[in-house]
Amino acid sequence: MSTNAGAILETRRLDAAYGPTRVLQALDLAVPAGGIVTLLGANGAGKTTTLRAICNMMVHCAGEIHFAGRRIDGMATEDVVRLGIGHVPDGRGTFVNLTVEENLRLGAYTRRDRGVAQDFERVYSYFPRLKERFRQQAGTLSGGEQQMLAISRALMLRPKLLLLDEPSFGLAPLVVQEIFRILRAINQQEGMSMLLVEQNASIALELADQAYLLETGRIIMAGPSRVISSDESVRRAYLGY
Amino acid sequence: MQALMHQVLSGLANGGIYASIALALVMIYQATHLVNFAQGEMAMFSTYVCWLLLQAGLSYWVAFVLTLGFAFVSGVAIERVIIRPVEQAPVLTVVAVFIGLLLIINGLAGWFFSYTIKAFPSPFPSDAWYGGPYMSPHEVGMIFVTVVVLALVFAFFRFTPLGLAMRAAAQNPVSSRLVGVRVGWMLALGWGLAGLIGSVAGMMAAPIVYLDPYMMTGILLYGFAAALLGGIDNPWGAVLGGPIVGVLENVAGAYVVGTELKLTVALLIIVGVLVVRPSGLFGRVLVTRV
Repeated sequence: MSTNAGAILETRRLDAAYGPTRVLQALDLAVPAGGIVTLLGANGAGKTTTLRAICNMMVHCAGEIHFAGRRIDGMATEDVVRLGIGHVPDGRGTFVNLTVEENLRLGAYTRRDRGVAQDFERVYSYFPRLKERFRQQAGTLSGGEQQMLAISRALMLRPKLLLLDEPSFGLAPLVVQEIFRILRAINQQEGMSMLLVEQNASIALELADQAYLLETGRIIMAGPSRVISSDESVRRAYLGY
Repeated sequence: MQALMHQVLSGLANGGIYASIALALVMIYQATHLVNFAQGEMAMFSTYVCWLLLQAGLSYWVAFVLTLGFAFVSGVAIERVIIRPVEQAPVLTVVAVFIGLLLIINGLAGWFFSYTIKAFPSPFPSDAWYGGPYMSPHEVGMIFVTVVVLALVFAFFRFTPLGLAMRAAAQNPVSSRLVGVRVGWMLALGWGLAGLIGSVAGMMAAPIVYLDPYMMTGILLYGFAAALLGGIDNPWGAVLGGPIVGVLENVAGAYVVGTELKLTVALLIIVGVLVVRPSGLFGRVLVTRV
């Protein structure tokens, strides 16, 4: 039984390693259903690895991962996705040679229901710029548009949980604000749970309800975002004031 | 002039066969970045299966369709059983496996069916109305069959969700897994389809070159030249490269180098493209950031 009632995702003593290199050690993490959790930390702390471990991708794991009442550790990536975890990977993972529309169609690849056509309209309402470009080759989009496409592609799955790997990376501050505003809208309107990995701690703490602080593969602090962001040492190390 | 017309048109007909083989090579290349040297032998073996079915008394088109099924299933099986274990292996290992496959399939065909040359029927009767002064009915029919098959393949990739998933899996396996595409199976399906397309080339070529275990050796070279000429990462280019190579081969064979040296035309094209324009006529130039 889950120790955290109401958690949609929970890891218990999760270890992860690339070959002989251990990256995560005994990670305990929980994302409440409908909530937004952010995972903060410096480069190489293990943030991206945590998301990869959840999807069982490119990394060897030990420990337990529970999602929506099922154990998913050891499951193939494709099957984890089919359970309803949308992953917006680092680097955006754009299918650069395919059109915007084809990228979105792939997002809904596992779905056989009739709601797919509506979901095109749904993601276009969040990101109208994609609608203007839907016949365009995705590789020709700007960085911000490709990030929007990556989020939209994950939304087309109609996931219960969205994993976001540094959606602010390499983008202009205005674009970052726009994307985070839309993420908040999606969370509020659809109640979609999110696990957000960020280096941009201030904007992540603004969006998230709860935060974990990761340092060399261990959680060194966890709590509500308000508490974390007012913590003296966090402010100095991650927020820079 | 009439002789030239004849050479050009029958070159176009042969080009259909080269285009099919080239497309099969490109499909595997896009997913693995390697040329499947065994593609021709797979086609040859499928053609023998067709011959067996015809010997058993089946009508041509029934045997044709059953052979397509055999070629598809055996392509999938080869990927699952033989290629998959070496997926992560170094390039040379995979090349060695491809060459090993070539020799094994060739040997199996010789063992089962003997190395004696056999005649293979054409489904297009030699007195059919669609023959003409420049082209035999078989050549006309061959062009028709390859065009239909290639059109179906392109429609499949362009308009079906499975075709889209196969393109995605070849381009970006990591992102494909993250949208739930079973990448391993997509690669296997790619091998199946490549085998199927190759088998069409085999069955269309056999009435001309006769059926024996070495029937596809030359054709694979022409197909490879066609794929390179069109751009090995571009399916459309590969298909256009087919007729170009077919016509060049025939015209050069008739007027320049003579029939015995025809195959050197293919080799010249291969070397020429690699030296002058490695990305081919329609290929994209790959720039890798280091």
